[in-house]
Amino acid sequence: MLNYLIKRILQGVISIVGASAIIFAISRLDDPTLLLLPIDATPEMVENLRQRLGLDLPIVQQYLIFLGNALQGDFGNSYRWEQPALALILDRLPATLELAFAGLVFALALAIPFGVLSAVYRDSWFDNFAKLFAMLGQAMPNFWVGLLLILFVSVNLGWLPAFGREGFDSLIMPAIALGWYPVAAMTRMLRSTMLDVLDSDHVRMARAIGVPNRVVVWKYALRNAAVPLVTMLGIYFANMLSGAFVVEVIFAWPGMGRMVVEAMFARDFPLLQVGVLFSAILFVVVNLLVDLSYGVLDPRIRHD
Amino acid sequence: MTEPVGHRTPQPAGHPADPLAPSGLALLLRRFRLIRVGRVPWIAGGLLLLLVFCALFADLIVPWDPTALNLGKALKPPIWEDGSVPGHVLGTDNLGRDILSRIIQGAQVTLEVGLYAIVLSGGIGALMGMISAYFGGVVDAVIMRLVDIQMSIPSIALALVLAAALSPGMSTVIVVIVLSYWTWYARIVRGEVLSLRERDFVKLARVAGCSTPVILWRHILPNVINTLLVLASLQLGSVIIFEATLSFLGLGVQSPDMSWGLMLNDARPYMTRAWWPITLPGIAIMIVCLAANVFGDWMRDTLDPRRRQL
Repeated sequence: MLNYLIKRILQGVISIVGASAIIFAISRLDDPTLLLLPIDATPEMVENLRQRLGLDLPIVQQYLIFLGNALQGDFGNSYRWEQPALALILDRLPATLELAFAGLVFALALAIPFGVLSAVYRDSWFDNFAKLFAMLGQAMPNFWVGLLLILFVSVNLGWLPAFGREGFDSLIMPAIALGWYPVAAMTRMLRSTMLDVLDSDHVRMARAIGVPNRVVVWKYALRNAAVPLVTMLGIYFANMLSGAFVVEVIFAWPGMGRMVVEAMFARDFPLLQVGVLFSAILFVVVNLLVDLSYGVLDPRIRHD
Repeated sequence: MTEPVGHRTPQPAGHPADPLAPSGLALLLRRFRLIRVGRVPWIAGGLLLLLVFCALFADLIVPWDPTALNLGKALKPPIWEDGSVPGHVLGTDNLGRDILSRIIQGAQVTLEVGLYAIVLSGGIGALMGMISAYFGGVVDAVIMRLVDIQMSIPSIALALVLAAALSPGMSTVIVVIVLSYWTWYARIVRGEVLSLRERDFVKLARVAGCSTPVILWRHILPNVINTLLVLASLQLGSVIIFEATLSFLGLGVQSPDMSWGLMLNDARPYMTRAWWPITLPGIAIMIVCLAANVFGDWMRDTLDPRRRQL
């Protein structure tokens, strides 16, 4: 177990360092001096700035300096906000986590009953409805779901605020938009694992000794069928972090995603680098936690 | 006069309707059952062919010039609503451009991106997966770490960095799609080749003196081609949605070129005044993705039933 843990953490660190190298290399394709200096800057001014920013050094050395500073929490100042980039991102992080968490709760709240009931009542009208819903869910871009929600719920009905982050009301629509795709994927997955579990010996045994159907389905069968779902939670969470970029833009949600998108348009590379690197770190950490949770959920899975 | 088969004959006034005659609802249901499950893949395939047709012959079939501005006709609704203008079946956008023509023209980008995604990311992914599994050892470890690194960067985040460094455009979209999607092919092909490598026909080919490229190309690739086709068709829908998302954010196709995602972005400021520019291109995306996903499921069930979980 300990060996497995060390190996996984090491892999995670490699992933994050590798991701930082890729992000750094891509960022250097652009010459920041053009952005930072006035158009009529003299070649001497450009040269001066290049030396001050360390752009005249070899790229590998530049990257090592970047990595060294990053380890000390220094990612440089945002060009646009003129504040430490890391602090800006950390400031926005809670809003993004709140949104992703709400999206996950929405997805699970829909996918669990959908998946379980459509397996129990296989080929019924409900099963067909859930299948159709899942097919539609996987075919609709999350930003379009968000736009439709704004159009119908905010513009036409006036029920919920179309943007901002003020209280629970403003969280509902962004969470639905973000959770839309995972609902579909989770429902399909839970249905197929539930079908397998409902056909297994221990469920037949439970029925034979007279355990009520409700208990068999929701306690014994669901607990076993949920393991593959949990293993996929990391992937879904990553999907939501990626989706948060566009959903936050649509709903003017003051999170990390919108800030990074704005940084892209402003070519604010220090801010962009931290934001993207942070989403990679979140991905790695969440997946690590998910991997470690298998053993707790299902004692048969041992990491030897 | 012959009645159409199944049509309800008019009842004389005052007589109760024959209780056994099919009701209107039952007739509707009977007609609806023409869409049987077995025909669904054909409908999906037909819709994908329609997409290809629109993309190839867009210039010939568009009713209006998709880029022609006409501010006098801005935001006119579709033909079935009050206040529509003749000829603009699906209405016009905020600059008076015909929405149907723009949707047809937008099919080009959708198809182009789909093809690049399949050919380039599928090709690179398959090659990496085969090399990784066939050689094993250090090569395998390096390639699989690359896959891990690539997967840890959310694809939209990668697109943001690339677009900032290079400038947004179609080429950025294609680079991001290839970088984000090759990993799936690589992982799954690697899994297949790991077991193929130990099979007798591969060992015999090696003993017979075939070179490694020949073994990979002639003996291993034909055995993973089904998996590749299934993966490609299952990913088509997700690639189309990804392109729409990038174009919507302004990282992809730039005006005056058109894509469905960009149309939605253009329509967003006017959504309180007009519902059609923000719904119709989205419906086009949805229909194509639905068709692609259904077709992909059918391909998987037909070619590779073991992979129902994909």
